[in-house]
Amino acid sequence: MASREEAPKVNAGSMADIAFLLLIFFLVTTTIETDAGLNRMLPGKDSPPPSDVYQRNILPILLNGKDELMVDGEIIDLKDLKDITIAFLDNGGASSESENYCNYCQGNRDVKSSDNPDKAIVSLMSNRETTYGVYITVQNELVAAYNNLRNREAQRLYKIDFTAMEALYDKSETPKAKKDELKMKIRSIQKLYPMKLSEAERQ
Amino acid sequence: MSKFKFKKNTNTPEVSTASLPDIVFMLLFFFMTVTVMKDDTLKVVNELPNASEIKKLEKKDRIITIYIGKPVEKFEETQGEQPKIQMDDRFVNLAEFGSRVLEAINERPEHLRGFITISLKVDKKASMGLVDDVKEELRKINALKINYTTYEGDAYKNLD
Repeated sequence: MASREEAPKVNAGSMADIAFLLLIFFLVTTTIETDAGLNRMLPGKDSPPPSDVYQRNILPILLNGKDELMVDGEIIDLKDLKDITIAFLDNGGASSESENYCNYCQGNRDVKSSDNPDKAIVSLMSNRETTYGVYITVQNELVAAYNNLRNREAQRLYKIDFTAMEALYDKSETPKAKKDELKMKIRSIQKLYPMKLSEAERQ
Repeated sequence: MSKFKFKKNTNTPEVSTASLPDIVFMLLFFFMTVTVMKDDTLKVVNELPNASEIKKLEKKDRIITIYIGKPVEKFEETQGEQPKIQMDDRFVNLAEFGSRVLEAINERPEHLRGFITISLKVDKKASMGLVDDVKEELRKINALKINYTTYEGDAYKNLD
């Protein structure tokens, strides 16, 4: 009389160990990488070269093959680049009667420098021998100059930093209505200080 | 004359470990879902420069990555010491670069094609020459949105 045997239970005691092994494997291989960097828009292939731009509205920045920096015909230190760029962009040299008058600029109103931020073009020229790291440092300083001015205006108009608004806009948690509002505000600040940065190769 | 005997239990009760596997599994699934296996093996030296004014590159399905740098030691003999372009897992020369990028864009779903960003991962010691050539090629095929991908940090560290 054989009694009906039940199937033997599998011992689940080692389940935790197995799971731990897998866990440790994924822990080790995980790279939660979020890439970040400087965004740039290239000019289209047949965009016409800007015509009738006065010399005073261009800030020529030259980087030579020895990584030396020259702005407006003078060799300068990289640390001064941001201040020079800010002074150039924020100059607002057009007279108060002309249509180009910039009423929010706080610069020196030098007639030999840019008319208003909308007209001002920063032209960055590099050499084939320029080191990429140095090039990025210069780009970073230029973006910093724009962000500095944009933050100032955003603080004045909306009591919040421009960069903070952008970060908030990029977050996926931000509700749609808030995003639309932010987009409008970001656009308006970008209009005050549009980034006109031309990067050309020369020499 | 008490009716109840209070047995003093001196040893503390054991903590049940029965739910341990469940907890571990929860962690496991978390890491399994967030894991991104690195899909490109680098064939070029690729130490990115630092920058502070950066913006995050979200939405991975809209990004095409291009590596530029001099070939790693293993490939130095066959590829030389000059900076090279790497896409996916291959070296790409400048002549075929434009068509390769177009191919990569066309592999993406149609509604995303207009929003593709080209992420340039360039070694900080590389020279601008090849980068300029790459930018020129990108202009030709009308892929204009680029990103100089960097680490977050003090930009002046690039100078040493």
